[in-house]
Amino acid sequence: MTVTDQSPLAPVSAGTAVADRPARRRLTPYVLLLPGVAWLAIFFVVPMLFLASQSLQQGTLETGYSLTWHVATYADALSTFSSQFLRSFMYAGIATVLALLIGYPLAYTIAFKVGRWKNLLLVLVIAPFFTSFLIRTLAWQTILSGQGPVVAFFQKSGLMALLRAVHLVNSDQLLSTPFAVIMGLTYNFLPFMTLPLYASLERIDLRLLEAGSDLYAKPFTAFRKVTWPLSLPGVVAGTLLTFIPAAGDYINSKLLGNPNTTMIGQVIDGQFLRVLDYPTAAALSFSLMVTIVVLVVVYVRRAGTEELV
Amino acid sequence: MSVLIWGIVVIDLLLVGGLALRAQLVGRGGVRWLREHVVIVAALLAFEYMLLPNVVVILFSFNKPNGRFNYTWNRFSLDAWLHPCNAAGMCDSLGLSLRIGLAATVAATILGTLIAFALGRHRFRGRSATNLLIFMPMATPEVVMGSSLLTLFLNLRIPLGQTAILIAHIMFCLSFVVVTVKARIAGMDPRLEQAAADLYANETQTFLRITLPLVAPGIAAGALLAFSLSFDDYIITNFNATTQSITFPMYIWGAAQRGTPVQINVIGTLMFLVALAAVVIGQSVGTRRKA
Amino acid sequence: MAGHEGDLRLSGLTKRFGSFTAVDNLDLVIPEGSFFALLGPSGCGKTTTLRMVAGLEEPTAGTISIGTEDITDTKPYRRPVNTVFQNYALFPHLDIWENVAFGLRRRAVPDLKTKVGEALELVELAHLAKRRPSQLSGGQQQRVALARAIVNRPMVLLLDEPLGALDLKLRRQMQIELKRIQTEVGLTFVHVTHDQEEAMTMADTIAVMNDGRIEQLGGPTDLYESPVSTFVANFLGQSNLVRARVTSRAADVLDVEVEGHSLTLPAARCVTTSEDIWFGVRPEKLSVSPVAADCSSNLAAARGLRGVITDTSFIGISTQYVVRLPSGQDLMAVRQNDGAGILRPGETVDLTWEPRFAFGLDASQDAHAGSQVEDGDPVGAGARG
Repeated sequence: MTVTDQSPLAPVSAGTAVADRPARRRLTPYVLLLPGVAWLAIFFVVPMLFLASQSLQQGTLETGYSLTWHVATYADALSTFSSQFLRSFMYAGIATVLALLIGYPLAYTIAFKVGRWKNLLLVLVIAPFFTSFLIRTLAWQTILSGQGPVVAFFQKSGLMALLRAVHLVNSDQLLSTPFAVIMGLTYNFLPFMTLPLYASLERIDLRLLEAGSDLYAKPFTAFRKVTWPLSLPGVVAGTLLTFIPAAGDYINSKLLGNPNTTMIGQVIDGQFLRVLDYPTAAALSFSLMVTIVVLVVVYVRRAGTEELV
Repeated sequence: MSVLIWGIVVIDLLLVGGLALRAQLVGRGGVRWLREHVVIVAALLAFEYMLLPNVVVILFSFNKPNGRFNYTWNRFSLDAWLHPCNAAGMCDSLGLSLRIGLAATVAATILGTLIAFALGRHRFRGRSATNLLIFMPMATPEVVMGSSLLTLFLNLRIPLGQTAILIAHIMFCLSFVVVTVKARIAGMDPRLEQAAADLYANETQTFLRITLPLVAPGIAAGALLAFSLSFDDYIITNFNATTQSITFPMYIWGAAQRGTPVQINVIGTLMFLVALAAVVIGQSVGTRRKA
Repeated sequence: MAGHEGDLRLSGLTKRFGSFTAVDNLDLVIPEGSFFALLGPSGCGKTTTLRMVAGLEEPTAGTISIGTEDITDTKPYRRPVNTVFQNYALFPHLDIWENVAFGLRRRAVPDLKTKVGEALELVELAHLAKRRPSQLSGGQQQRVALARAIVNRPMVLLLDEPLGALDLKLRRQMQIELKRIQTEVGLTFVHVTHDQEEAMTMADTIAVMNDGRIEQLGGPTDLYESPVSTFVANFLGQSNLVRARVTSRAADVLDVEVEGHSLTLPAARCVTTSEDIWFGVRPEKLSVSPVAADCSSNLAAARGLRGVITDTSFIGISTQYVVRLPSGQDLMAVRQNDGAGILRPGETVDLTWEPRFAFGLDASQDAHAGSQVEDGDPVGAGARG
């Protein structure tokens, strides 16, 4: 066999480079995106702009509004309703922490301790949603009502005194108290905390834990050094999905609380629909939005995860 | 009511006690078992916390209350079940919620699925901007979204009511559909579509025969999610409604002020059973397909 | 011998991903009805080439044609080409029967049931026709993927490392099966693999690819016995490469000096005309004989090399010796255990071979190119520049 003249390393034909083919443009993705993106642009983004604009306007319903860039509205609104604002974030924060404390063992159990029953238990986690959440919140009124056994239990066991000491209740009732509001918030958003936690925990390779114990880690240390860090994306997602809606919620506060537990959502609702002070209402709404965005960005940056959607 | 609570406590004790006892008998020490399984006990309590209201709702649908509000147990009665639409305005509101829910679901599912396919199967510029746009509604409090839409409608002099509500619902359901369907698309091997093209299927045939059937469960899940979000929404709806357009959640809110008819619990129970049945059927269909 | 209407022709085929050239100006003719292998390490461009032939990847430049028909711009679903994918890509929501029937249905081929039945018979899976892919083993899925492609009687059948996920025994079995089916059905098979044993077992013609280019094209024996580059010499089997200098050049034979020894090399078996070459001999061609007590052997006449055994590995069917030359380079010799006795490390031995088995390669090429062993490779240990 001659090995010299058939060498494929020889040039194709002296001097002629083969021309590149023209690249093809694809329009398909843009066509697919257009309707949905347009809808969101018109009915989400534009309203935000209107909201911002409204907050800077002055006037009344009768005389009409004009854009005067009246920034003082913000200062007024925020100082008048500062306690509701702070209260909203405080309640949402407490509820989020509670949800994490309750939801983590729940997610952990489902992910690691139940084998075949995983799917059934996951269904049970979302099962509460099968009934409208307003109806369920009303059910809490039943559970916490003065004549019920829960109140009796709290009174007799001294828990009621404990709650009084931390100002979560005012007297001998559990309803119409901050305690009830926070409990309702935690209850409502618990699945939002549990499911992302579960998703994150489920991905953890059990062999990592085995490696941990092979390297002399006691169970709690293994948890602290292996499981917890690996579950952080779920923790971040869960806390965000809980805190954000909780901060703006006012249904729990209205149904389970009292006028002293008013949250900012209620104020905004009232300003828009009853007081009809649109600039103030818009200012409050926009402030809530901005605060949450800032908190989320700071939180996500510190926690170090970036996958949101 | 106390019967219920005591019943739960007894069952709990039996469950935990029984398992601890079994551990003891097998030789692994009952107390040590409890310590190792404290996580499971905590989970059990969490489940009860989550499901207690549902149970109460179901129970109290059989109540005949003493006054206008259905908060304390009076006596057993099937009245509400036999006359579910006796409560004035409730069934109307239910019908409206169902109609809006259905329409919003269809629209949001279609729009959202299109976006999910664009994000999941194509490369294009503006990807991260699109992702951000999809994420924003999920991260915005309902109060803000509802009030901003109200501002829009007022300024553009668009009348509030059913149409406004529908527009709002489609808006906030879209993102959830996108996320759900996108996850399903991501889990689908793109080489299956290549194999179909290799086997003489053009783009339409590939989509109809391979892509769609495999993504369908995700689309169904997205649609289901959209429907439940729409049906259950109060805050955004309230901002954009009129007295003529009372949805079911708005009705309940009003009832909380005026008086809660037992029929509300009946509907709540029915919702629970229907959803439960749907999930069970969905699961068994899923497992049967694999077999 | 079939005509050339169905030859697969690649001309100047190039694929660039940004600044990375995966396939570089490829020219190839694959005769109709042959079993052709594209062999090379991961990343050499063989799968990309395959995908371009299938239509799943757009070439940056160049053309693809079958016979006289240029299919470069044709969509994959219009090409008479089918692929057996590496991970099989069976449609999970269809049963086996429907999977196999898929291509036929799209083309509305008459007599569907018979054809599908025949294809399933060919791969011996008729009894599993109603099962879903997830219920089948890896080997069974692979056979379904094959049936699904073959049933369409394409002009070219592409196989993308189809046996990669199977265990050794099953792989051997399937290699024989594939060859049998190809001969029976008579289609053109283009088989992409990184396993040189697989390629040599199954293919009529092999193209060895490296860095987007074809290093050598030919039948298994040609490639093995007469490599034209260090890459091919090392990628197929193993080679001993030693630095050598051409001292005189005749019409049919070259005199070569290796480490002070005078050796010969047939002129036709040297690819370069320069003075410095890599002198190559395969391990199994080396005869290892202990040096006689008087040390004055016929080495000069026998034209071989002398060294000391540093390692002996008994492998059952053969024994591998590592022989160290005075220069420090290690050569590897493999001897069948035909009962002639095993030599021990420390023994001085003469290595001899028939001159027609030696080959000469371009000294500017890397002596490690294509060798798939990283450390401790006898070829690499001493063959420094």
